[in-house]
Amino acid sequence: MYDNRVSGYLYIAPFLIGLATFTLFPFLASFLLSFSDYQLQDPVEQARFLGLGNYTQMAGDDTFHGSLGVTFLYVFITVPLKLAFALFIAFVLNFKLRGIGFFRTAYYVPSILGGSVAIAVLWRYVFAGDGLINQVLVWAGGEPLNWLGEPAYALFTVVLLRLWQFGSAMVVFLAGLQNIPTDLYEAATIDGAGKAHIFFTITLPLLTPVIFFNFIMQIVQAFQEFNGPYIITGGGPLKSTYLLPLMIYEEAFKYFNVGYAAALSWALFLIIALFTIIAFASAKYWVFYGNEREDGE
Amino acid sequence: MASKADIAEGATTDKSRGGGVAKGRVLLRGVTKCFGAVDVIKGVDLEIAPGELTVFVGPSGCGKSTLLRLVSGLELPTGGSIIIGDRDVTLVHPSERGIAMVFQSYALYPHMSVAENMGFGLKIAGLPKPLIKEKVAKAAEILQLTPLLDRKPRALSGGQRQRVAIGRCIVREPEVFLFDEPLSNLDAALRGQMRVEIARLHAKLGATMIYVTHDQVEAMTLATRIVVLNAGRIEQIGAPIELYRHPANLFVAGFIGSPAMNFMDGIVEAVETDGVSVRLNGATLRLPRHDAAVKPGAKVTVGIRPEHFRVGPTPTDMDHDQAVEFDAIIDLVERLGGETLAHLRMPSLSDGVLVVKISGDVPLRIGTGLRVGVRLAQCHLFDADGRAVGEPAARAVVAA
Ligand SMILES: Nc1ncnc2c1ncn2[C@@H]1O[C@H](COP(=O)(O)OP(=O)(O)OP(=O)(O)O)[C@@H](O)[C@H]1O
Ligand SMILES: [Mg+2]
Repeated sequence: MYDNRVSGYLYIAPFLIGLATFTLFPFLASFLLSFSDYQLQDPVEQARFLGLGNYTQMAGDDTFHGSLGVTFLYVFITVPLKLAFALFIAFVLNFKLRGIGFFRTAYYVPSILGGSVAIAVLWRYVFAGDGLINQVLVWAGGEPLNWLGEPAYALFTVVLLRLWQFGSAMVVFLAGLQNIPTDLYEAATIDGAGKAHIFFTITLPLLTPVIFFNFIMQIVQAFQEFNGPYIITGGGPLKSTYLLPLMIYEEAFKYFNVGYAAALSWALFLIIALFTIIAFASAKYWVFYGNEREDGE
Repeated sequence: MASKADIAEGATTDKSRGGGVAKGRVLLRGVTKCFGAVDVIKGVDLEIAPGELTVFVGPSGCGKSTLLRLVSGLELPTGGSIIIGDRDVTLVHPSERGIAMVFQSYALYPHMSVAENMGFGLKIAGLPKPLIKEKVAKAAEILQLTPLLDRKPRALSGGQRQRVAIGRCIVREPEVFLFDEPLSNLDAALRGQMRVEIARLHAKLGATMIYVTHDQVEAMTLATRIVVLNAGRIEQIGAPIELYRHPANLFVAGFIGSPAMNFMDGIVEAVETDGVSVRLNGATLRLPRHDAAVKPGAKVTVGIRPEHFRVGPTPTDMDHDQAVEFDAIIDLVERLGGETLAHLRMPSLSDGVLVVKISGDVPLRIGTGLRVGVRLAQCHLFDADGRAVGEPAARAVVAA
């Protein structure tokens, strides 16, 4: 008899090798490095053990505090806005209209392109001093704005780049909406509920598992945003778009403080973990799971 | 969409309508419905008297659900008008028609408790909380749901969910209850039980009900009148026993009754005022039927219900003046316990296999022969267009 265990392991080997090389190894290495003063230009053997040194340094680092503030601001603005926007578009695209398939695809396109470097570069030109947006503004009789030079506007352009990528959240919402049986809407219509009432008393409660899923995904992704600030604003002006991932990158590859960067990464990781745990803990108060049996029967 | 105030007002006029003579009457006048280029309902005229339980039956896709949804207002007709009570509701919003509907899927709001499900409509109508509670409690009492009021639908059995769906209708005190295959998701035993409950409920509330089903037994036992639909048209309307005894055409004859009526092709040999002689495969039957339109030489169809055959070495229980006997060979036997379906070859009647329903304890062996008898009066006759050929006038009087 042919033993097909070997070929089985061979089939999953690419995944396991990838996981070990690009996830597991950096994960463990960064954890160890975060307790060292390792510098990128030096051999690893020269690195000294600092104990919690990098972490205590963080506590007094104003750049870190500033970056953390901007990151929270960015996450708290983009996550709710993006979810609301994605839900709204999904709701509209859920109507049975002629050619709706085309629009569903069309609205997803920005998300395929949105996170790419090319689009971020494009964004930079669109919002530049003599960029498309300002030309349109002037043409419409307005004043050109210094989109990338003003701290408030600069954050706005980076936020906008994120909102523009609503497609994946939208697709999940759309699937969630289509999972709600039309019978329920019809029963509610007979019961006399208007469109808005139905949305808030039927659709939204039944959509909470999907909202929850999207919420977690968006939180995790927003905390890790890098392309936008790196390419469009470089973190400026006045560090107004200096998100934590960008700071980590610069600490490691601009200032070569890999040990400190690793500690910053772990700080970011713990923050994301904390938010995820809080979200999961809160779920039982607002997420409705239809297929879960009730206790006490 | 109606505003809250409109609906609340609708609810009060509901009450004042209570005294009207026509309360609970449903009238469809020339109702048609197209979905795009497809004609689904092709002109339906129907009057349902107050308090009647009308059952829509018909093959899948014939438009039963669509017709029900037209009454509910979930679909608007392409043509014709719909009257409930003495109001023309053709364009009235579903919530203001005085109807309530039980869906096949129950359509309970999964995130609300049983009580909230039942009270949802009343809450929207703006009724005060104590009144809602009272009405819900009353309906729960009727349906034995009182201990379950705080549960979510997912913690209920299928039968309990169905009762909640009915309860949600009861609290609205509608003029007309609409049911779309309400029992088809239940197992056979529960279906039987719920069927009895619905019959009881109908007797108790005395409300008009329209009930769509695939199930012959449900249709026969529940209906005041059955409406047989086929391809968007009404084939026949009548009391269940009326449809069973006097199907107006081949379609109804084949649809009502289970197992279905046996059909045999024949040619008319002779026509007299009190009977028609029909030449079948081998035998000639003289059926007590008459219709001026049926002429010698015409192609006709003879129909005999499986339960109208008598089987035995010599069929007993037959009045030999009006009965005939044939030889049959047993092709297949299906034993259902209390009764048996025998598939028989009877060359004198037909080339095909005929189904005969007999009592369960008759010994039958495949391949052996058998004598089968049938009363001529119980044979149905249909002309070339499938219309039933009636009984001769004289006989009809005698029968009455
Ligand atoms: N919204 C719709 N759009 C297009 N066609 C429809 C729509 N609803 C129903 N139909 C068509 O109308 C016909 C009648 O449908 P309907 O649901 O009324 O049948 P039914 O008699 O209830 O069948 P069943 O016994 O299977 O429930 C079917 O051919 C169906 O495909
Ligand atoms: Mg149907």
